[in-house]
Amino acid sequence: MEDNQELQQQIDILKKKISKLENSRKDQLSIAVVSGDMDKILAAMVISLAAAAMDTQVKLFFSFWSLSALRDKKKSAPGKDFISKMFGIMLPKGKDKLSLSNMNMAGMGPMMIKYLMKKQNVMSLGEMFKSAGELGIEIAICEMSMGLMGFKKEEMIDYPKLRYCGATTFVADAGQSSIQLFI
Amino acid sequence: MTTEELKGITTNLIVDARGTACPGPLLAAKKAIGDVESGEIMEILSADEGTKVDIPRWCEKMEHEFLGTLEEDSYTRLFLRKA
Repeated sequence: MEDNQELQQQIDILKKKISKLENSRKDQLSIAVVSGDMDKILAAMVISLAAAAMDTQVKLFFSFWSLSALRDKKKSAPGKDFISKMFGIMLPKGKDKLSLSNMNMAGMGPMMIKYLMKKQNVMSLGEMFKSAGELGIEIAICEMSMGLMGFKKEEMIDYPKLRYCGATTFVADAGQSSIQLFI
Repeated sequence: MTTEELKGITTNLIVDARGTACPGPLLAAKKAIGDVESGEIMEILSADEGTKVDIPRWCEKMEHEFLGTLEEDSYTRLFLRKA
């Protein structure tokens, strides 16, 4: 009887260890998206969509400059202090207003890229975010960056799986992912 | 499969992804594969060069059997059997 109990205990310990192992390398992609450049957001979205098409779970963590890409151009948030208002004016309002990391040429670059993307049948950023939502790609927004930039939740895009969290959540997600990227 | 075999194949579903670049054809394939039964054959039409490499990799991961490609003038036909 005691032997049985001991065996059961050992099995339970093993089960716990196995589930820990299974969770340590999930078929999951985690990207820390920090850059707010149009080309880099594009890269993050294309890789995410390819991963989602491969049935890989995708978790994006948006922080710092990348938050601009998640602003909704039609929304505004009242009651901001002076600095937050200034940040709001200085930073791009939404994914259509992002600049390029190279060859920006005062806005000419993005215009040319958008023209070329259309010509080459590449999905627009808007279409990519829509597909991402349909494919269940999760977007987590860094709460601390929100405060830093003075953005409010009311001015962010409508997205099916949008949540707000801290760096710990990203680290926890990334720790379970077999692919981790920083863009 | 040989070119001759592919030419004579009956496909259960044709996905026309010629109007989109990477990752469009892959997303189209993912969307369409749900409409095909296991063991049935799906054909993807793509004008995107990268897709020729990407779809076999996708099949490998999803455990579908990649059957091969047929080149047309301005696009490629890619064949696979659903797992």
